[in-house]
Amino acid sequence: MRGLWNLTWLEVKIFVREPLGFIGTVLIPVVLFVALGRSLGERVESSSRLQGFVESDFPIFVVMLTAINAVVSLVAVIAIYREGGILKRLRATPLRPHTILTAHVLVKLIFTTMTLILLALAGRRFYPVALEVPWVSFGLALLLTTISISSIGFLIASVVPTARFAQPLGSLLLFPMLGISGLFVPLEAMPAAVQGVAHALPLTYAVSLLRGIWLGDSWMAHGWDVLGLAVVFGLCTALSSRVFRWE
Amino acid sequence: MSTAPVIQVTGLRKRYGSIVAVDDVSFDVQDGEIFGLIGPNGAGKTTTMECVEGVRQPDAGRITVLGLDPIRDVYALQHRVGVQLQEAHLQKRIKVSEAIALWASLYRTSVDPRLLLEQLGLEDKRNAWFMTLSGGQKQRLFIALALINDPEVVFLDELTTGLDPQARRAIWDLVRGIRARGKTIFLTTHLMEEAERLCDRVAIIDHGRIVDIHSPAGLIRRHCPQRSVLLTTDDESAEARLRALENVAVTRADDGVLTVQGNAADLMTGVIQCLADHRIRVTDFQTVVPTLEDVFLKVTGHTIRE
Ligand SMILES: Nc1ncnc2c1ncn2[C@@H]1O[C@H](COP(=O)(O)OP(=O)(O)O)[C@@H](O)[C@H]1O
Ligand SMILES: [Mg+2]
Repeated sequence: MRGLWNLTWLEVKIFVREPLGFIGTVLIPVVLFVALGRSLGERVESSSRLQGFVESDFPIFVVMLTAINAVVSLVAVIAIYREGGILKRLRATPLRPHTILTAHVLVKLIFTTMTLILLALAGRRFYPVALEVPWVSFGLALLLTTISISSIGFLIASVVPTARFAQPLGSLLLFPMLGISGLFVPLEAMPAAVQGVAHALPLTYAVSLLRGIWLGDSWMAHGWDVLGLAVVFGLCTALSSRVFRWE
Repeated sequence: MSTAPVIQVTGLRKRYGSIVAVDDVSFDVQDGEIFGLIGPNGAGKTTTMECVEGVRQPDAGRITVLGLDPIRDVYALQHRVGVQLQEAHLQKRIKVSEAIALWASLYRTSVDPRLLLEQLGLEDKRNAWFMTLSGGQKQRLFIALALINDPEVVFLDELTTGLDPQARRAIWDLVRGIRARGKTIFLTTHLMEEAERLCDRVAIIDHGRIVDIHSPAGLIRRHCPQRSVLLTTDDESAEARLRALENVAVTRADDGVLTVQGNAADLMTGVIQCLADHRIRVTDFQTVVPTLEDVFLKVTGHTIRE
């Protein structure tokens, strides 16, 4: 892992220099979260359904959105680096291939963490309802989720032919997964066929785990979710290490 | 040659699907020389070089670099060689000094980054982003990155393509400087002038096969020994006098220009002597010496640009 920290730190600096890099990834989600939360919060009193949404579903939604955004931009970065010959140039140094990829995952994790901490702080101050959430457990669950989705990102990055398709394809695959993950419509309310598909998708396990931990469930109650995410990670990593192209 | 070759390539083959890019290529590169692989675009130069660098896996053949196998011992080898890839890029917004510092941190040994930037004329670009550099500056940065670990062997793939003549000359001087410090250089180029000015020995490659290997002067002597003198004169007797020289052919063009051709190294001396002896007044005198371009045309049957 020689060079991992140097490369990671360098990529962090490069990311901050990008127009909209920091603002788009870190600030915009926080502002949206606060603004939407407040406008919904004013109507909480009149509807208990809305109260549940504001207390758990909306925060989970924002968190998932942040994680998916990070992964989509990871896919884009890797595709751009490959197309531009940057990956190839880095590979002709003593940097090991997995060091280069790990550095990029770390960069995304760093900025996602930053976004989420800001979200939490902003939530404390401005959010319409007070929340008692097991933050440490939730943070761990989120880390697991993000790493697992990142491995899907790698698989996508391994097969997209050009950088132009990378970002749209990433969004096209991940956002519909979120759509039927049980976050918006309970799984039981969906047609059987859709339920079957949902159970094969990692975001379903991610949402179930995050929501459970958020609401105070024990980890034991979500063993299957953890297993599901781990299996996805194992499968996608193994597959993408076979089909990944450096140029 | 007392020492073993620094690079040994025997029977190298590589195909991409149905395209045979490199077909049974063999050559040696000696310690301390500038060795050039020359040929037109698509000849297989980059593929060959990348196999030797360990960036690409050959289909067949044996390669050793500094006694190491480029695929099996790739991590050991990377510390001892420097690589400049054709068509490489860095992150758009990486600073020159950051790139150099990152590279320096990756190798066991490194030269002083400041000194290196100074030598390559990049010190006032230290804080510039990669995307703002000119073609020549990018190329010099890539050469700097290839030299950061004080390598024993330096690989340079088409290092002056796309540069203006002035930048090209500056880079040639630089490469000579690298050799003067005892490094071995393996380069590719499709510019015959570059090969002729820079290389101690060249291998001509065409359609994935090596056609011949020798010093540039040796190749010219072997394949295109003929030289010509073109002269213009009002003296009616000139043509007959020149014809009397040994082993020369003289032709007269419609515009009166005489062409004297011969294989001998002292053709010029003979012609000048003859002109002086017979007090022939010439108004124009031009010599035509064959170049590697002519050699290339002769041995491959087509020009390098086809
Ligand atoms: N990655 C690749 N995939 C498929 N074909 C390739 C690839 N790289 C090179 N080629 C083909 O192999 C041949 C040799 O290419 P290359 O080694 O780049 O030649 P040169 O460097 O002399 O221009 C060309 O016909 C080229 O189109
Ligand atoms: Mg080439």
